[in-house]
Amino acid sequence: MTTAITVSDLHKSFGRTHALDGLDLDVATGEVHGFLGPNGAGKSTTIRVLLGLLRATSGTVQLLGKDPWHDAVELHKRLAYVPGDVTLWRNLSGGEVIDLYGRLRGGLDKTRRAEMIDRFDLDPTKKGRTYSKGNRQKVALVAAFASDVELLIFDEPTSGLDPLMEEVFRECVSEERQRGRTVLLSSHILSEVEALCDRVSIIRKGKTVESGSLASLRHLTRTSVTAELDSEPDGLTTLPGVHDVDVRGRRVKLQVDTDHLGPVLKQLGDAGVRSLVSTPPTLEELFLRHYQSDGGDSADSTQGAIAR
Amino acid sequence: MTAVADARIAAPPKGSSRDLAGTGTLLRLALRRDRVMLPIWVLCLGLSASSTVSRLDSAYDTPQKRADLAADMNANGSTRALFGAAFDDSLGALTVWRVGAFLTVFAAIMSLLIVIRHTREEEETGRQEALSSGMVGRRAGLTSALITVGIANAAVTLLIAVSLAGQGGSGALALGLAVGLSGMVFGAIAAVAAQVTENARVARGLSAAAVGVAFVLRMGGDAAKDGSDGSSHVLVWLSPLGWAENARPYADERWWTLLLLAVLAVVAMGVAYTLAGRRDVGASFFASRPGPAAAGPDLSTVYGLAWRLQRGTLLAWMAGLAFAGAVFGGIADGADDFLGDSESTRDTFLRMGGQEGLTDAFLASMVGILGLVVTIHTASAVLRLRGEETDQRAEPLLSNAVSRVQWAASHLVVALLGPVVILAAGGLALGIAYGAASGDLGGQVPRVLGATLLQAPAVWVITSIAAFLFGVLPKFTSVTWGVVGFVVAIGWLGPAMELDQSVMNLSPFGHLPKVPGGDITATPFLWMLLVTVGLLAAGLAGLRRRDMSN
Repeated sequence: MTTAITVSDLHKSFGRTHALDGLDLDVATGEVHGFLGPNGAGKSTTIRVLLGLLRATSGTVQLLGKDPWHDAVELHKRLAYVPGDVTLWRNLSGGEVIDLYGRLRGGLDKTRRAEMIDRFDLDPTKKGRTYSKGNRQKVALVAAFASDVELLIFDEPTSGLDPLMEEVFRECVSEERQRGRTVLLSSHILSEVEALCDRVSIIRKGKTVESGSLASLRHLTRTSVTAELDSEPDGLTTLPGVHDVDVRGRRVKLQVDTDHLGPVLKQLGDAGVRSLVSTPPTLEELFLRHYQSDGGDSADSTQGAIAR
Repeated sequence: MTAVADARIAAPPKGSSRDLAGTGTLLRLALRRDRVMLPIWVLCLGLSASSTVSRLDSAYDTPQKRADLAADMNANGSTRALFGAAFDDSLGALTVWRVGAFLTVFAAIMSLLIVIRHTREEEETGRQEALSSGMVGRRAGLTSALITVGIANAAVTLLIAVSLAGQGGSGALALGLAVGLSGMVFGAIAAVAAQVTENARVARGLSAAAVGVAFVLRMGGDAAKDGSDGSSHVLVWLSPLGWAENARPYADERWWTLLLLAVLAVVAMGVAYTLAGRRDVGASFFASRPGPAAAGPDLSTVYGLAWRLQRGTLLAWMAGLAFAGAVFGGIADGADDFLGDSESTRDTFLRMGGQEGLTDAFLASMVGILGLVVTIHTASAVLRLRGEETDQRAEPLLSNAVSRVQWAASHLVVALLGPVVILAAGGLALGIAYGAASGDLGGQVPRVLGATLLQAPAVWVITSIAAFLFGVLPKFTSVTWGVVGFVVAIGWLGPAMELDQSVMNLSPFGHLPKVPGGDITATPFLWMLLVTVGLLAAGLAGLRRRDMSN
């Protein structure tokens, strides 16, 4: 596995504020990597370091095998970036901006440009000031998807897009993956991340708290189970990984760490299952646990172990 | 249901009063936002007159000296152009002569900045939209801006009238009103400009151009004729600033010219109100035309982009300087017709080179003014870089294969070559107008054009200071405006205030020869080029090293 992005122990301070405090990030070539974290966690700062706009205070950063600060221009020929809030020049049309960006990146696929404008339903003749927020976003997205690059960096790219356009964005990212391109996607929209990303990194307060494939991260979360049984169950509370057991006669509600699901099902089976509802762990759940402040989930050993 | 039952909503008052809903809140917001800038402007404008009195009083302590000063200055076309005519030789009248022209211009600038800031800028940034969704009437924004500017100008008027009252109450009041009403006229013109364009930058440019035209007309008219016979040149009467001057404080005040100002201010406000009520929030009267669907070949590099972004401003500056050059050139031939009654004045000027020397001195001082004014262009051209950075347009641009140095260079080229082209336009117009009037087109055009272009190296020093600040001390980039203000102030006021050469030398323009007519040596130019190159290099090196801010 070759890596497109390697960041280890990255620190960045602005005066007395430590925006990044030992951040790690590994993105393999050809994968779509989700980059998650609450507001102010340092996602944009990390991306700006990756783009060579900010100089790392300490730590190592490698992008496509090079140093983003020293080899910025050379690297930028091979990547495209879409910020979360696109500002355009008021007197330039969207089409002009798309072409300008393409030319400055060193190449724009004409056919793909036309296709993208069509798919994103963008009017390229409007001037910068007359575009809505979503349409400004589309200008940058079309420019990025039509560019001939190896790496795409998106910083909350779908903010302001309508659901239809979000769908188009997802299709485009999937296609990019099939074409073998690497995508770093910073996003708050978890369904988007779940649908698109091979692996995710979650950061908080400038540090990486979780990183891995979605499947492996799901193991860290709990499945909630509601069951109606033939007889009153026995010994559920003593099973490992079981939480919040609520037994009311033959109705049982409980939460279980996903990797301890087996024994619970066995126990329930022994009591005779009449109906069973099992809600799979969502990224939201994982997300919320990490987003909450330190005090709220200090009892959670899993998170504690990985964060420290 | 209580809200629905509210009488005001059930039966809203008609028309205008609903349009003004929320004005009070917006006014408090405006005053809160301007709580630092407004007092500074008001104090500077309000107190400069009275501080000038004491300086003049110590420098010209006898009636004879004051009479000589008035006669000397009135005899000189270029000082008349810069300061206006001295209508009397009392201490009060001389104070008005020295500060009047500047106070009216700065009141105008203060007013246009306030009005644009609270009208078009609010709309452009989208803040007005958020406010308008509350209980805010259609004309409330404009009204609160005009009340804010009215408060500022009233305070200036009052401060001048009170602080100068020792020299005579009615003269003090006349000067105060002339300054305050000039501010209101251009504040109202800015209010109209804010309605017709969607871009705050353009609105500021249009209003500043109006001030510039009024000032150039006043300069030209005063240079051509001293007005001591009771009637000013027709160009003066074409300018609202000329009306303010012609209130003639401390020289038999003419109150009716102040009425002209008041009428113009009211008319312009009326136009602004009519327009404001008829358009959409955030929009202007000119619908945005669609642009090309694809970029032309010119938009392939950052240089193409910088040219595209700055060319409109550049062309406007060229037109502005060409206009000023044509006005100055047209009156240059007559600027020395009047040498005053003072025998000593006549002798001085004849010693300076007689008829030709006098005209050259006038041309040289106008050429110097053109050079000083162009520093504003170069500063704003460099500061575009900072604007692009803070408006987050630089970041995505620099995420392309564009180095920071290339990006900065693209705008610096405009900031360095722009002044040359602008000066060429001004110099050409000045030379052609003067050459045509004096019947020596072939001889004067190259002479005057050459003299104007020699201002460029001094302008470049300002360019490089701005570039240095942007690269090395980005948070202090706007200090550039302080530098520009200092350079323009001592270049403009220095000669008449007989400032010491060591003070004049603090400005690059102090090192320039007085051309046409003066001797040209290479040394100062080499120094200026060296400073320019050094500061530019340091600025670019700083830019390469620093973090980009957002």
